[in-house]
Amino acid sequence: MRLLIQMGIIDVSSSMDYSGATAVAEPPPRNRVLSTECDSGLAVEKNGHKNRRPVRRPGKEMCRTIVLDAATPDDHKELMRRIAAAQDKAAFAALFGHFGPRVKAYLMRSGSTPESAEELAQEAMVMVWRKAESFDPAQASVSTWIFTIARNKRIDAYRRMNRPDLDENDPALVPDGPTAPDTAYAEGQVSTAIREAVATLPDEQAEMLKKAFFEDKAHSEIAAETGLPLGTVKSRLRLAIGRMRKQLKEFEE
Amino acid sequence: MSVVSAREPVGPIPQHHLSDDLLTAYAAGSLDEASSLFVASHLTLCPECRRRAAMMDEVGGVLLDDIAPVAMSAGALSAVLSRAEAPANDEPASMAGSRQTVFGADLPAPMRRYYGCDLDGIAWQRQGGGVSVATVPGIGDGSHAFMLKVEAGRAVPQHTHRGNELVMVLKGAYSDAAGRFGRGDVELADGDVDHQPKAEKGEDCICLAVTDAPLKFTGSLGWLLNVFVKM
Repeated sequence: MRLLIQMGIIDVSSSMDYSGATAVAEPPPRNRVLSTECDSGLAVEKNGHKNRRPVRRPGKEMCRTIVLDAATPDDHKELMRRIAAAQDKAAFAALFGHFGPRVKAYLMRSGSTPESAEELAQEAMVMVWRKAESFDPAQASVSTWIFTIARNKRIDAYRRMNRPDLDENDPALVPDGPTAPDTAYAEGQVSTAIREAVATLPDEQAEMLKKAFFEDKAHSEIAAETGLPLGTVKSRLRLAIGRMRKQLKEFEE
Repeated sequence: MSVVSAREPVGPIPQHHLSDDLLTAYAAGSLDEASSLFVASHLTLCPECRRRAAMMDEVGGVLLDDIAPVAMSAGALSAVLSRAEAPANDEPASMAGSRQTVFGADLPAPMRRYYGCDLDGIAWQRQGGGVSVATVPGIGDGSHAFMLKVEAGRAVPQHTHRGNELVMVLKGAYSDAAGRFGRGDVELADGDVDHQPKAEKGEDCICLAVTDAPLKFTGSLGWLLNVFVKM
């Protein structure tokens, strides 16, 4: 079985460097090819994804090659599907190449040394492999799921607490009403809407959002550090969140 | 569409919700343990805030995707794969010891995990004036949460707040100047508020409370209650 996978920032077939180091020096082009040799038995079904068309490569008849944009949530979901369904290491390598270095960056930004960020990022990615089957593409995008894993790892490690979280099977859970609009998540629209909203935020709001999410600081600490009044910190965050909510409403109505 | 749950709603949908500030900090993981417990408990009771919280997590995911990557060490992938495939016996036990009640539950699961029981197993400490408290045990980071039980029809002694006080009703209902609060409803009182919540007649009112500074009771029973919240 030959697997040829080129995706995003790593190239499994030609390099043994899984570190993602190339991501720093040279950002990948947006459209790379994820190709699966036909005899691998892992050819990707179209799965109803409109934007994913099989492309024939010259000289490789019968071999379906899927063009993926390495940065889209759908690509990540496809990789997760393969990991969960077939413990596909090549798919994991691709996912690792994208998210490993980002999880490490996130942990460093929240105060970890490079060494402990590396260690925790590895632990987080171990969880990604082990819990792949529990990933529900209808609930969240892959980047969100991995963010929550990395965040909880950080809380466990540095705050020495288990983050209290709700239990989906709790008999006390008040269920969603029958009209809950959950289809938007399945189609990745929430992620897209938020991505667009973040991209168009004024710099000062985007920066505040990143501080709030990445730096493990209370809003009052952010105020002290930046010299901004607490009210300004909070209002910038609220404006940013208000803008995202507005963007999401367009999907829900 | 997911399959609509066949079971009846366990309780009414809350009318008073968590602030964006709290939900943002919860998603970011920068809340203390007591406040995280408070948020997780409200999310159990509030479908609307669950959706808002999911959006906040999604913001975290988008920001993670956007962050400038930092190279992993050489060999990181193979190290992860070999650890991932090893027998999974090094998983941290996730808040073990939750005793699940079979027929519904009064306390949200995050609270049952801390107390090790549901509402009927709580050992209340009577404080006088129709008020009892039960501190949430096992919070490890120095933050504090407690349940407050006010007898039906009684009022909590008038008090102001030196810091913020978060209160959520778990059973029964109370009213104060800001309105009526029933199961799942959240009220945030800050230093400016001098309020006197009064439990409704007919049922004791039980709340989860988180304070980031001691309450200061101003009424006639204040001296007594100031002792119990001295934490």
